[in-house]
This record gives sequence, structure tokens and C-alpha cells, in this order.
Amino acid sequence: MLLTSSLIQASRLQFALTAMYHWLFVPLTLGLGFLVAFFETKYYRSNDEFWKKTTQFWSRIFAINFACGIATGIILEFEFGTNWSNYSWFVGDIFGAPLAIEGIFAFFMESTFFAVMYFGWDKVSKRFHLISTWLTAIGACLSAYWILTANGWMQHPIGVEFNPDTARNEMVDFWSIVFSPVTLTKFTHSMLSGFLIASVVVIAVSSWYLLKKRDIEFSLKSIKYAAWFGTFAIIMLMVTGHTSAQVVAKTQPMKLAAMEGLYKGENGTPIVGVGVLNPKKSYDNDEKPYLFHISIPKGLSFLANNDFNSFVPGITDIIEGGYTYKDSKGNERVALSFEEKMQRGNMARKALAVYGEYKNKPNDTPGKAEALAEAKKYMDENFEYFGYGFLSKPQDSIPNVPITFYSFRIMILLGGYFVLFMLLALYYSKKKLLEKKRWFLITAIISVPLVYICGEAGWIVAEVGRQPWTIQDLLPLNASVSGVSSSSVYTTFIIFVVLFTTLLVAELKIAFNQIKKGPFGIKW
Amino acid sequence: MTTYHFLQLYWWAIVSLLGAILVFLMFVQGGQTLLWGMASNDEQKNLLAKFFGHKWELTFTTLVTFGGAAFAAFPLFYSTSFGGAYWLWILILLSFVIQAFSYEFRGKEKNLLGKKTYDTFLMLNGVVGTILIGVAVATFYSGGNFFMDKAGITERTSNVISYWVNDYKGLELIAKPYNLLLGVVVFLAARTLGLLFTINQSSKVKSDAAESLLMKAHSKIKITGLAFVLSFVVFVLLTFLATGYKVNVADSSFDGVNGIIVPQKYLYFNNMVSNLWMAAIFLIGVLLVLWALARTIFKGKSSFYMLGLGVIFAVWPLLLCAGFGDAAYFHSNYDLQSSLTLYNSSSSLYTLKTMAWVSLAIPFVLLYIAYAWKKMTAK
Repeated sequence: MLLTSSLIQASRLQFALTAMYHWLFVPLTLGLGFLVAFFETKYYRSNDEFWKKTTQFWSRIFAINFACGIATGIILEFEFGTNWSNYSWFVGDIFGAPLAIEGIFAFFMESTFFAVMYFGWDKVSKRFHLISTWLTAIGACLSAYWILTANGWMQHPIGVEFNPDTARNEMVDFWSIVFSPVTLTKFTHSMLSGFLIASVVVIAVSSWYLLKKRDIEFSLKSIKYAAWFGTFAIIMLMVTGHTSAQVVAKTQPMKLAAMEGLYKGENGTPIVGVGVLNPKKSYDNDEKPYLFHISIPKGLSFLANNDFNSFVPGITDIIEGGYTYKDSKGNERVALSFEEKMQRGNMARKALAVYGEYKNKPNDTPGKAEALAEAKKYMDENFEYFGYGFLSKPQDSIPNVPITFYSFRIMILLGGYFVLFMLLALYYSKKKLLEKKRWFLITAIISVPLVYICGEAGWIVAEVGRQPWTIQDLLPLNASVSGVSSSSVYTTFIIFVVLFTTLLVAELKIAFNQIKKGPFGIKW
Repeated sequence: MTTYHFLQLYWWAIVSLLGAILVFLMFVQGGQTLLWGMASNDEQKNLLAKFFGHKWELTFTTLVTFGGAAFAAFPLFYSTSFGGAYWLWILILLSFVIQAFSYEFRGKEKNLLGKKTYDTFLMLNGVVGTILIGVAVATFYSGGNFFMDKAGITERTSNVISYWVNDYKGLELIAKPYNLLLGVVVFLAARTLGLLFTINQSSKVKSDAAESLLMKAHSKIKITGLAFVLSFVVFVLLTFLATGYKVNVADSSFDGVNGIIVPQKYLYFNNMVSNLWMAAIFLIGVLLVLWALARTIFKGKSSFYMLGLGVIFAVWPLLLCAGFGDAAYFHSNYDLQSSLTLYNSSSSLYTLKTMAWVSLAIPFVLLYIAYAWKKMTAK
């Protein structure tokens, strides 16, 4: 079956749409779960009805989000099979295990105890209810870990060997996949971004009450704890952002180059603080990469390697090869050019075809064993570039630079804004100035869309920046999709657009209504 | 038997058990179908939503875990069936997604679409979701129209390893009477379980609405329960009399993964009777179902848990039959040699072993679910 670029685009669009909507609902659940658990712990210890009402109010906001997160999450799981069937087989041996473990360990915990947390106030003891609330938050956290294990493996496929008999990757080291550096940085960064989003939402809702001069005690206390939580999150986000960049530099240099719009690297590469890309720039021309930019000297070298004078390759460098780098095992190697990688990828692909051909021949075929051994040898020697065998020109290996570049700037600039925002929230809360700082309260409300944009921008950098790979260097998009018609996928895409948008609008309407009623106006 | 094949059987058993538990837990969907026709006013609808609304997450989680475990243990099935029967799986997905938020949103003010719309979504999930799940499961016995060749990945431009050979992309499976029959069986099983759960819960509540629901549920269980039993018997007979397909492991071409797929008369019946423990569980399941229905209909006693256990016991061995005995659990009606067996579609030995360790946690998970359930339904 001939795959069309239209099908690939439709499948990408659909997955991107689902993932982006999923990330609108999930982060609030991740962060708010822990805040709710904290508020309930205050109630458990003090027996003060105020804390019970506070817990119940934020649980209700949590619950509205929870349902939407589940709805979009199951679609993502199904889409691996419906839209990326080749990919499902090629990586199922690795990817399936984290998904199954997520279901068994995390999802059941989350959903079972969510029911107790939300519906069980008058049915279970105070202690059991508190434990359930904590377990709901921990379950959501574990769920994120296992999903990000799968995602981390796609960005940095380790702990596997390719089996030519089954034509797929097979897991050989479970723990190296579970504790992959990419997974660990992705998990901490994503969780912390969920904490930040929840903190900003709590501060914004409370600020609205303060502006309306109602529910004052509730608002001040909510802001106090959310500000601490958010400050911790944003500081740790900077730390994990730095470690993420270092991991990306080692495992996905093309993504880092796209994030920076960097075409030619140098020792002591600057980082662009603010800039406008030159739309005429391509990896193979001499145009200037930026129309305008303000850069920090040697910043990218430090961000990527903790060394102000280190070399960071640009897009052209990666296409042309020839520079030296250290691989994930610490060995010094000379980078191959795109042409060389493509040649080796083609060799691996053709060796696999020969292997399959001989494998199907009768055992008494002369030279069968030798041919199989020879084909396997070629496979093993060239497999790390297997995916390049499906590409045909250098441009195919370059992600969308403007989207990656600008999304990265948006994330960083908004991240800087939220450092300031959280420190101010903490300061005004501690000095009991919140009610007098009307401008800050308005800013807090405006910050809600900004914090979501910040989180989405981060995911755009991570996912657009790794294109064209579904599995880094091993499987590109055009070798991953299902054999369905593009019209079918566009139809489901439209259905999902309508469904998700309706869901989002309904959720917002319900949430705004609950907020208007306030913590003491909701009947439980 | 090699360790590898033992683990393939083990994981087929786990996936089948999850499937059987899912059928039981679809009592929630069955309950949702009662929102129309049985609940005659808002109070009764709200009460039904209260009964079932506390449980939908469990059904949903089981569905997700069923999908996750199938993906993990038999990725080629996930790839072939989901990527091939595209529209069938998309419709299943949509019918479940609309449930996920409807319980939470239906009772809230300013919920955009209105309570009636969310109740319609729940109804659709209850009817369409159960029937389509049944249709999808029926393909374990009736197969699909696909071509599969793992070597397809070596092609540069047309590299899909499995594809559906017609343009209906799974919609034609719904039109197949045998598949539709299992869909109806699952729907009726869910509705019967839903009625019994309603009886169970209504009897604990003192209100006019609860009493009315109790009376109506008792009245409806006679026809629904009977229809469920009759349709189930017809399905089992058709399945046991059907010709199945299996990989010929005795042939010299079988290499532990691939082999020649051949037809075999009464394959599923043979699989059942050659594993006496499976036949025993199946019979116990059937007896429990009949006993639970008889107790409810003739003695007026609530027997929801007995019926649930009976359904799990009856469904599990039926699903086991589809994969055990070297059966092609998803045979291709287009190219028989493309059929999927436990041998050629499973994950590697290492992955199955790793997951087998993980599966040891399942009893612990079941225990805490049971504990939470008991606490939540005690009052």
C-alpha cells in the first residue's frame, strides 16, 4: 500500500491535536491533586471545617478536569494502534510494557481512590479518605511516570536490540528504559510544570475572590500555600530545564539546533535570548540565520554541556557531519553526514529484506546459513541509522525550525515571567499585601492562559523538535503510519476537533460556575 | 512446552481474564440503558446515575488496561486490528469517550449541552459501546479482512506491515450476523447486570424513586435475563460448531513463530473439552448465571455478585478457547497465512517475563479495589 504525505500529515495533525488537548486537562490534575491532599491533611489534623470546605472546593475543580483528562488519554492510547500501526508493532515490545504497567499500577490506583476521594466523604472514615486523596495524587504521578517512560524511550531508544526474525525492537534491559536520563528529566520537568499550572490556577481563582472582596480567608490561605508550591515548582523547573537541555544535546542534537535556529556551531556558541528567524535561511545557503537577535555569549555551550567553550553542532553541521562528539556511552566519535547515515540506513533496510527472503527459503537451500549470517552482520553494523533508510533528502531530517525556535522562546520567556510572578505572590502573601495589590490580582487572572501556553509550548518543543522521528533515528513518520485513507483520518480529526472543543467549553463553563458559587456555596 | 510459549499462554489468559472482567463491569453501561425506558422522572434518573456514577471509572480503567495489556503482550494484534478495522475501533472509542465526562457534567449547572444531552451520551455508550465491544471480540472467532507481512517494513515507500483489504475499514464487521450476535449478547449481559445492580442498590435506599426503580427492575429482568441466556446459548452453539483455524505446529515448516495455518472443524469446542479445567469453569459460570437469574426472578432476591461471577466464569474460558490449542485467534479471511497466533504476534520472551513479574501485583490491586468498593457501597 502506497503511503501518501496527506495521510502522514493527517495522522500527525490528529495525534498533535489529541496530545495538546490532553495536556490542557492533565497538568492541573497532576498539581492540584497534591494541593488538595495537602489541604485535606490540614483538615485531618485540625478538624477545622474551613479546611474541609477548602479541600472539597478544589477537589471539585480537580474532578471536572480528571474526567476530561481520561477522555483524551484513552484516545491517545487507541491512536497508537489506529493511526500508527507500523510503529505499534515495531516498538510494541517496549512501549506496551509501560502502558500495561501504567494501567495495572497507576491508573487503577488513581481511579479507585478518586471515587473514594470525590464520592466518599460521608461513606468512609476521615483517615481512609485522606489516604485515598493522597493515593489519587500519587496514582496520577505514577501514571505520568509510566507514560513518560514510553515517551522518553521514543526520544532516546536504549535497552533494546533489533531482532531480524521478528522485524522489531525487543527489550533487553527493562531498568535502563525505566531509568533512562531522558525519562527522568521529562518526568520531573512535566510534573513540575503541572505543579506550576495548578499553583497559578489556585492563585488566579483566589485573586478573583479577593477582587470581588469575598471568601477572603479562603483566598489568602489558598494563595499562601499555592505560592510556596509554585515557587518550588518554578525554581526546580529551571534546574530540570537545564538538565533537559543537556540530555537533548547528547541524544537529539538536531532538536537542540532547531530550538536555537542554529545552523553553524562553534566553540562557545551563544544562546539567542530574543530573535527573529530569517525565513530565507536553509541548511545549504549562506543567508544569515536571524533577521534580528539578542544573544548571550557562550550561553548555549554552557546550557548544553556545562562548558562555556564547548562545541554545539548546528543544523548544517549535523547534515554535513565531520565534527567529533561523545556518544551516550562516552565514546568519542566522528559524526557521519546525512548522506552517510542514509546509505547505512539503506544498507540496514536492505539487509533486513535479504534476511527475510532467505529465512523463508527451505532449510536445505545452499548458502542459506551464510546468507542469513551476512545479512544479520550488515543489520547489526548499520542498525543505529535504520530510520535514515526511509528518508530521501537532508531536509527530511530537519524538524520545523520556526515552530521549535519560537515555542522554545515562548516557554523560556514565560518561565522567566513566572519566576517573578511566584516570588511576588510569595512576598505579598507573606507581607499580607495581597488585598491592596489590585494590579497583581488582575495579573494573576491573566496569567492562567499564559501558564497553559507555557506548558503547551514546552511540549511543542519536545515533540515538533524530534520530527521526523517517531523513534529517534530508527523509525520516521512515513514508516510508522497505518494503512488507512487520509480522508478517514481527516474525518476523525474533524470529529475530535468538535468533541474536544465542546468538552473544553463545557468544562470551562462548569468550572466558572463552580468558582462563582465559591467554596462555601457548593452543596456537597 | 517452552517457557516462551507458557508465557504467551499466560498472557493470553490474563488478557482474556481482563476481557471477562470488563464484560462484568459493563454493568455500568447496562445501567445507563435504563435511563430511558425505566427511569420515568428526573429523580429516578438521578438515582440511577448515583448508583452507576460511582463505578464508571473502574470499567473505564479496565478497558484501558485491557487495551494496554493487549498492546504489551500481543502488539501485532494491536497493530493489525486497530490499524485495520479503523472505524470499528474509532466508534468504540467515541462511544466510551462520551461516557467519561457525562457523569461528571450531567448534574452540573451551565454544562453547555444540557442534562438531557449527557444522558443521551450515557445511553449511547450503554447501547452502542457494548454492542461494538461484542463485535470486536467476535473477530477472535470470525476473523478479519487483512493482509499481514512483517517484511513490509523493509519497503521504502509502501511499508505498512498489515492493512485491511477493503475500504469499509472494519464497518463491515458490524454487518456480520455472527459478530452482531455477540454484540447483542454483551449488550444483554450488561443490561441484565445493570438491572440486578439496580435491584441491589435500590433495596438499600428508602425513597419512592428507589421503590419504583426496584419494582420496574424486577419486572424487566424476566425478559432481559431470558433474552440474554437464549442469545448466549445460540452464540456458544454457533461458536462450538464453527470451523476454526490453527497453526500446524507438527509441520516441519513451523519454527516456533511462523507456520502453516490450517482449518480445523469444531476447534473451539475441542479446545474447551481438551482443557477440562476450562470446561469446568465455563459450566460453573453458566450455572451461576442461571442460579442468579432464577433467585432474582423467582425468589425476588438480589443476586448481582453471583451473576457477575457467573459472567466472568462463563466468558473467560470462551476467550481462552480463541487463543489456546495453537488457534489463530485473529484469522485473516483474505489471506489465511496472514493470521495471528500467540506464536507470531506476541512480545519477546524478555518482555513477557518482565510483565509476568508485574502481573503478580494484580491480586493486590483487586484486593484494594474490592476493599474500596465495599467501603463505598456499605451505606
